[in-house]
Amino acid sequence: MRESVIMKIHYGTALAAVALVAVHVLFRLTQNFAESLEYESVIANYQFLPYAGMLEIILILLSIHGFNGLRVILIELKQGRSFEKSVTYGCIGAMALVILYGSRTIFLTSMGMT
Amino acid sequence: MAAQSTQISKPTSIPASKYVTLRISKFNPKKESSPKFIDFKVPYQKWTTVLDAILHVKQNLDHSIGVRYSCRQASCGSCGMKINGRPALACFTKIIELNSDVITVEPMNNFPIIRDLVVGFERMFSTHKKIKPYIIREDSEITPGTKEFLQTPEEVEKYIQFSNCIKCGLCNSVCPTMATDSSFVGPQALAQAYRYIADTRDKGKKDRLKIIDDSHGIWRCHFAGSCSQVCPKGVDPAMGIQLLRGYLLGFRS
Ligand code: SF4
Ligand code: FES
Repeated sequence: MRESVIMKIHYGTALAAVALVAVHVLFRLTQNFAESLEYESVIANYQFLPYAGMLEIILILLSIHGFNGLRVILIELKQGRSFEKSVTYGCIGAMALVILYGSRTIFLTSMGMT
Repeated sequence: MAAQSTQISKPTSIPASKYVTLRISKFNPKKESSPKFIDFKVPYQKWTTVLDAILHVKQNLDHSIGVRYSCRQASCGSCGMKINGRPALACFTKIIELNSDVITVEPMNNFPIIRDLVVGFERMFSTHKKIKPYIIREDSEITPGTKEFLQTPEEVEKYIQFSNCIKCGLCNSVCPTMATDSSFVGPQALAQAYRYIADTRDKGKKDRLKIIDDSHGIWRCHFAGSCSQVCPKGVDPAMGIQLLRGYLLGFRS
């Protein structure tokens, strides 16, 4: 993939994540802080499907943006073909793991399997 | 008719010199493990440049000082170095403008040291070559039957400041990405890529954008802007880089 395509995805995920995290924060403001962190209210969020969907999207956006950012930092620190290849595949792998594990949590909780 | 006489007035006496301490970094990487500073007392006048002072030392006090220079008028790009910590052309920096009794000269950062103040330009010249710094097009002004390629003043305005680059390397020496990424193309080459892409006579935009759209290309610029701060020729590489990004992001065509 060309670097410009990757960077368009990088900027796009950042903008979308900022917008969705803002919605998430606004939802939190409907309750006071302590209340919003109570077990029942957290579970209720996951079980409200549109909200759970939004959390899933935030998870994907932040993982893509974060792990690409990490790739960029690492290839700026050290160069070399094999190092850069392992960084790229390592970041893609780590990103997939984070998304899978996070999605599992969101899925199971929204299905009521806690 | 009275004879006209031309009077040649005696030259007014040159004001007495003041003295400054010139602290020169001496280092031969082939023989020594680290640089050391040597101090020299050097006379100066209000027109004396840092290069003049270094050459005074070389002529009278220590012939072994390694320094590169040629034009002595900010045109050839040979004499870039760190002067009191800031990269500048030695021939374009007067002693008095530094307002200091001690002037420290060191080789530029982000370049390999050859000896003392002389650094190797191989990496910069190769990245410069890599972006194809010339007009690319099939036809030519010298082909019979063709006309001069005309440009409006507005078209020239788009790239003219970038064509002032003298390849002194000062911009690359302050770039934070150049310091850590040994494969980064660098502000000098990126500014030149913009210079040719913005030239209406050029047809090599696609080629050049492909070259700089690489994992160590234009996207590694963090827009620190130091390159534009130190350029002695008024080139603004940081702006050129942002304008180039406009092409790659689809904001410019
Ligand atoms: S852009 Fe300026 S600082 Fe950089 S090499 Fe050219 S003249 Fe020197
Ligand atoms: S000697 Fe040519 S730029 Fe300084």
